[in-house]
Amino acid sequence: MTPDLNLSHTPAHRRQGSSIGQPMTRRDGILKVTGAATYAADNHPPDMLYAVLAVAAIARGRVASLDVAAALAHRGVVEVMTPANRPALALDPDAKFHPFMFRLDLLQNDGVRYPNQPIAVVIAETLEAATEGAALLAPRYETETARVGFEDAETFVPGGVGVGNPASQQKGDVKAGLAAAATRVEARYETPPQYHNAMEPHAIVASWDGDSLTVDTPSQGLAIAQGRIAGLFGLSPDKVHVRSPFLGGGFGSKGLVSGPQVLGILAARLVGRPVKLVLRREQMYGPVGHRAPTRQTLRLGIDSEGRLTALDHHALTASSTFDDFFEPAADASHTLYASPAIATAHEAVRLDTGTPLFMRAPGEATGSIALESAVDEAAWACGRDPLDFRLANYAEVEPMTGKPFSSKALRECYAEAAARFGWSGRPLAPRAMRDTAGLLTGWGMGTATFPALMFQAEARAVLKSDGRGLMETSAADMGQGAWTALAQIAADGLGLDIGQLEFRAGSSDLPDAGIAGGSGHTATAGMAIHNAGAAVIARLADIATADAASPLYGAGNEGVVARSGRLYRRGDESRSESYTEILGRAGLSEIEARGTSAADQDTREAYAMHAHGAVFAEVKVDPDLGQVRVTRLVGAFAAGRVINPRLVRSQYLGGMIWGASFALHEEALADHRTGRIQNANLAEYHVPVNADVPSVEALLVHEDDPYVNALGIKGVGEIGITGTAGAVANAVWHATGVRPRRFPVRIEDLLAGGGLG
Amino acid sequence: MNRFDYVRPTSLAEAVAAAAMPGAAYLAGGTNLLDLMKGGVARPERLVDITRLPELNRVERLDDGSLRVGALVRNADLAHDQAFAATYPAVAEALLSGASAQLRNAATVGGNIMQRTRCSYFYDTASACNRRELGSGCDALAGENRHHAVLGWSPACIATHPSDFCVPLVALDAVVEIEGSKGRRHVTLEEFHRLPGEAPQRETVLEPGELVVAVRLPAEASAFASHARYLKLRERTSYAFAVVSAAAALVVEGGRIRQARLALGGVAAKPWRARAAEAALLGAEPGEAAYAGAAALALAEAKPSGDNGFKIELARRVAVRALSLAEAGTPARLPALPASVFASTTGARHDA
Repeated sequence: MTPDLNLSHTPAHRRQGSSIGQPMTRRDGILKVTGAATYAADNHPPDMLYAVLAVAAIARGRVASLDVAAALAHRGVVEVMTPANRPALALDPDAKFHPFMFRLDLLQNDGVRYPNQPIAVVIAETLEAATEGAALLAPRYETETARVGFEDAETFVPGGVGVGNPASQQKGDVKAGLAAAATRVEARYETPPQYHNAMEPHAIVASWDGDSLTVDTPSQGLAIAQGRIAGLFGLSPDKVHVRSPFLGGGFGSKGLVSGPQVLGILAARLVGRPVKLVLRREQMYGPVGHRAPTRQTLRLGIDSEGRLTALDHHALTASSTFDDFFEPAADASHTLYASPAIATAHEAVRLDTGTPLFMRAPGEATGSIALESAVDEAAWACGRDPLDFRLANYAEVEPMTGKPFSSKALRECYAEAAARFGWSGRPLAPRAMRDTAGLLTGWGMGTATFPALMFQAEARAVLKSDGRGLMETSAADMGQGAWTALAQIAADGLGLDIGQLEFRAGSSDLPDAGIAGGSGHTATAGMAIHNAGAAVIARLADIATADAASPLYGAGNEGVVARSGRLYRRGDESRSESYTEILGRAGLSEIEARGTSAADQDTREAYAMHAHGAVFAEVKVDPDLGQVRVTRLVGAFAAGRVINPRLVRSQYLGGMIWGASFALHEEALADHRTGRIQNANLAEYHVPVNADVPSVEALLVHEDDPYVNALGIKGVGEIGITGTAGAVANAVWHATGVRPRRFPVRIEDLLAGGGLG
Repeated sequence: MNRFDYVRPTSLAEAVAAAAMPGAAYLAGGTNLLDLMKGGVARPERLVDITRLPELNRVERLDDGSLRVGALVRNADLAHDQAFAATYPAVAEALLSGASAQLRNAATVGGNIMQRTRCSYFYDTASACNRRELGSGCDALAGENRHHAVLGWSPACIATHPSDFCVPLVALDAVVEIEGSKGRRHVTLEEFHRLPGEAPQRETVLEPGELVVAVRLPAEASAFASHARYLKLRERTSYAFAVVSAAAALVVEGGRIRQARLALGGVAAKPWRARAAEAALLGAEPGEAAYAGAAALALAEAKPSGDNGFKIELARRVAVRALSLAEAGTPARLPALPASVFASTTGARHDA
């Protein structure tokens, strides 16, 4: 059973007719703003105990001793789980059968391979007792030298990057292109390690009933989580029930089950009682993924007409010592700018960190800030306006593959965003603009892109004789608005007003909705919902058109239209019948059908599918003191059909703010000796506050895409970061004359670069 | 956190008596202490909750013209006290530039003065820190230290004091009122915080069990009301600690500086009063030349404690700007972004 969430069935701003395209407010909004939404850690089953992780203070070595007796002696402590007594698993946590199966630290031994790796779990009657019990363990270590930075380890070429892309790709002759160029630009950029920092920390409440397991835990992909847990514990997946109605942000860090979540399940197994385990903020800097640092080198050749002759993008990145995830930063150069020769390559080192993972726009975010900076340098080197330069190098087909785009309204994005921003008349030279307060003012731009991905999903649709409909799929709402947008698709798919629809999601006992990742959830789950709706309407039509008593008798499947709870005969709307009447006469209380979705491989072979956008940024910089602020951001994005413009705009704004954060704020500072993150808290790991982004605008550019899927949906969750980060960096250059070479931009770099008075 | 005794005295005498035992700590807003306890950085055996002591909650004008602010007055309440803000505008501006609205609602005057450094090695109990554990060493010295001290540091400790509030207070000759088992005493804020030297674990002149009960601003401090500013350079427009900051206050008459105050924040283990700079400004003609000279004097002894040499130049510049802003005059209203470089009163719309 799914929990009764009391979701409002009828969102505000509802119009009759099609739900798709309407700017409906979130159906879960009231629950969230009143605190009634039950996030994972809000669950308190009877007899529940609290578990707290003890984590490693070293990056590399082994745990020599733990004072388990001291912890057990603390009042309220029930049990301490260590490698010595951790319940057995059916699967080695270090087993890896496919690239998306990441190795977990589940107390399989006393080894330590990154700071904040779990080394024990203390389970107690109260959170306070468990916390103090963890402190009393007072671990001693045998410590080996930590490998913290790029210089600490040998580079190698990874077998693949990102989601299985080749580490190197090329077309044309880059060397020749560079040699023939009238202008050459070579530049290096560095991006720091970043951590997802969802507001809601990873949390789990685990309850065993014999060999059945129920967990409340945030998950971006419930079926994947269910399967992973079942595999680790040797259970049939139907014995594992994962509930995740609400996520307080995920950004990729909740895409796959993390080690600490499994430790909560193990703790519950060990003590035979329900257990809650919630990560402390600083414990999120290690075992739940991060964005790896990059050092990127770009070489661009440009002819006398301002057109690229060669684009060479090399990225050095890092993975953990024990698993593989390589930030595919250089692949950002595959899709944006036309060039007869393109080469991308990745190298990597292995560091004593947790394994990096997908973090909102993995590869695109890091690669985009470097590529857009380099393109800006190239435009300046050629004496061209940055927008003109990009238009001169506009890719009419996907540069790396030569495939046509399924749709690409990037020109319109450039035009609309530039007009809204007021780009024309921008002086080419840096340091040419000041505001009336004397602040250095700079304008920069960047191009945004993100692939239009689709995965596989299933949904179940039900029509009931009372005229209501039900749609079920295990979709995950991590804040993007799936509860609302997918319900809009469901309502249209069932031909019902959204008020007549019950939409169930967020639970693993529902049909698999795939993963809320890769900006592909609305397209993937949405298409399954659409198809399930069509299938159940087809069944209803079969019943009606075969029933001599129905006004639709003989119309045939092709001949009816479903709308607002009625079937109409196509071409003669005077002949219609309500769902209730059709089912009632047939003596059926309900009918159901399932629908699935998957990317159409043939069209994917034939077409390149990407969302696009253009972002313009204004920054102001104090001319003496160097403090930087993004005073304006204007983005225009084209991403196919928009299901809910309110939610889509919200995704763009969030992405753009993240882009500003990438350029100016975010950075995890690791001590170069110990590898421990020194700013593992939200006071000192900076993300923007409202005052940092006083004006952000996102424009929705119309785009019809006949190829991506039947609904014409691309993704909107990640694209906002791309383009924006580079636009802000370029605006900093335009304001100060100092080209940011490492991110985030630091005052001392502006000072040393001569950008300040 | 560790198990501890919790006592809630009803009188000052009771509080001081309750805190006399070793391992006791006073609890007021808890915005810093509770974090330290959760992280195992502070492990008091007894918490003496003083939040119910009524006499610590008042702001009162004394007969000698000084203002006495009780230690339990909340940061937000003090900053939004219109009479206070009009008389000591730089102090109000500093208060509102610190932390977040939620923290300012909870944090107290006494707690602000008593807050601990934000040095990450102090917080990280796996690191060596002489301030936390004398003799263990200082991992910040060769670590992540771009925010660390450039004045008054020692090889034993390079931490800074993170308070904004204390910077204008020290400039205005604030006095700390202290209650102890031997009665009451008064110490200037300038003397209250200690530089690390060989004993960084002793952060203030408080004796064990002593309690800050009030902060006094002398009558003379109100003379600067029309020309006093606080300027805070930071890496996020709000909710960020200062990279460097400065409080400046001037009295200008007949085209000459008659009184000058300058203090720096984020540069040392204490709010840094720049007396030599003040002396150089006396009698000088207001203007950038005088301020630059003063700022150079203020940082004359500065030296990097690590990867933070840029702070010296920035501190000079912030001092010059703060003095210029003070000369220009206190704005009629507190800027929407208090103490921010993006709050210039002469400025255009920054979000236009």
